[in-house]
Amino acid sequence: MARKTTTETHWSWIWYLVPALAVYTLFMALPLFRSLQLSLYSGSGFQIDTFVGFDNYHRLLREGTTADRFWGAFGHTWIFFAVHMVVQNSLGLLFALLLSSRNLKGVAVYRTIIFVPATLAIVVTGFLWKLLLNPQWGAINIVLSKIGLESWVQPWLGLEGVSLVVIALVSSWQWVGIPTMIFLSALQNIPDELFEAADIDGAGRWSVFSKVKLPLIWPIMGVVMILTFTNNFNAFDAVFSMAGANGPPNYSADILGTYFYRIGIAGEHPVGIPDMGLGAAVASIIFVVLFLGVLVMRSVFRAESDQ
Amino acid sequence: MAKVQAKGQEFWSYLILTSWSILVLIPLWVMIVNSFKTKLAIYRSPFRLPEEWTIQGYLTVFSGSSFPRYFANSIFVTVTSIVGIILFSGLASYAIAKWKSRVASVAFLFFLAGMMVPLRIGSINLLMIVKNLGLLDRVAGLLPIYIAMGMPVGVFVLTEFIRTIPDELTQAAYIDGAGTFRIFAQIVMPLSRPAMATVAVYNLVVFWNDLWFPLIFIRSENQRTLMLGVTRLFGQYQTDWTKILATLTLATVPIVILYIITAKQFIRGLTAGAVKG
Repeated sequence: MARKTTTETHWSWIWYLVPALAVYTLFMALPLFRSLQLSLYSGSGFQIDTFVGFDNYHRLLREGTTADRFWGAFGHTWIFFAVHMVVQNSLGLLFALLLSSRNLKGVAVYRTIIFVPATLAIVVTGFLWKLLLNPQWGAINIVLSKIGLESWVQPWLGLEGVSLVVIALVSSWQWVGIPTMIFLSALQNIPDELFEAADIDGAGRWSVFSKVKLPLIWPIMGVVMILTFTNNFNAFDAVFSMAGANGPPNYSADILGTYFYRIGIAGEHPVGIPDMGLGAAVASIIFVVLFLGVLVMRSVFRAESDQ
Repeated sequence: MAKVQAKGQEFWSYLILTSWSILVLIPLWVMIVNSFKTKLAIYRSPFRLPEEWTIQGYLTVFSGSSFPRYFANSIFVTVTSIVGIILFSGLASYAIAKWKSRVASVAFLFFLAGMMVPLRIGSINLLMIVKNLGLLDRVAGLLPIYIAMGMPVGVFVLTEFIRTIPDELTQAAYIDGAGTFRIFAQIVMPLSRPAMATVAVYNLVVFWNDLWFPLIFIRSENQRTLMLGVTRLFGQYQTDWTKILATLTLATVPIVILYIITAKQFIRGLTAGAVKG
């Protein structure tokens, strides 16, 4: 017994932690922290060493086109997130409710199919949908004409205001499998006795949903919402692969991810020289919004039992 | 009455789920069937099976492009990173689960803190670090970043699992004179295979499909990963749909096959990684 205590408290354990801690600290924790710090500096190229205080933030939030584009991208990111919240998560909940039904056959097949897009790269699905939505070749437009909806035929990705929503819908199509599976496993964890009890009490389907299922999956809704929020506030691939780094047309599909890429990494057209300090400021704002957003959502969705 | 209602409900369930399934499968169908058609046939009837099958698209992908190179790079990065993650996070999780010390619990919290933070936000500083290490524009430069990125989920999933391994098992080996490392290599790791599979699947999808880091670090043709290569397609072969679709099919098929074979494991891996507790 004495030997057991020695192994459990022995300092040699530290060596097991060292590799993981080292790589995680050097390539994740420090870069995140240093990037926040760099937002207070300015310079050219990789040489960012002039301390400028909050100047980068001032430029970003207040000055000229830089600020216009930033606020544009900021607003679009919220729209992008909102589409996912409404479309992706409602569909996810609906599919989970349908799939959790006892009488349904072929659950495994539906589940597998619904989840397929989530295993694919956004680059690939974005690309495919871009092809399908293409005004020249566009299979979508062919279908619309065939079923007599010619008037709906559009250059879907070329219209201001429309393209951002279309991209968000494609992204929702891709990721709907994740909330579906999360909700489904939550619903399957509800004990049968609860449904039986509700049945005996003569509860209808709506009251079973609102009085039994909903309260029990409420904390899970919080998880799904936080997940949707963190994934979409740093989204990039969907807009990049379907519209391009500038979020065309006329920056109407520009989101924080693409804006960050242009400002901090690729360089804004036509100059093409990145401003890393300014880019770090964009990243820091994304970080702060994520942090605050998650805090707020956590407190809203805290379960009564508080897990 | 109740029976009739249930029947009606089932009808709607099937209708909704089947419609969605069709919506999921159409783009994949279009991708695959058209990759075997000539350009003209694609324009004529994008949804039908080809009247004349051609593998020209696939031939050009394999002979006339860097695609095989991209493919090899992606496999290298994905496999090496996953091995690194499982090894490093396995060691760390073992210590966190078994070492009764404040240091272990603090380290655990430190790892967990990284779960909600997308590493992309740190890209500016990462660019500098990778440049200073001389790894800019090198596919190997992605490795330390991916390994670091995989630590939070890896440590979380493996620690939870290792904690469930009964102490009697490790104690017995200890009394038999096995050192902590031998217990790790011969008992803990083999027992943790299901958790390791979850970690591997989650990261497999993330790394194979990642665009961001290759995009910001890599320029040279021979260092590109598959997804970075795919982004160049649209400009490069503007009208060669057959080749584009053949490339997309090849980029997708390995993951989809793996997914269909191990659907349960896959879904568990991806949702565990996504929920992260």
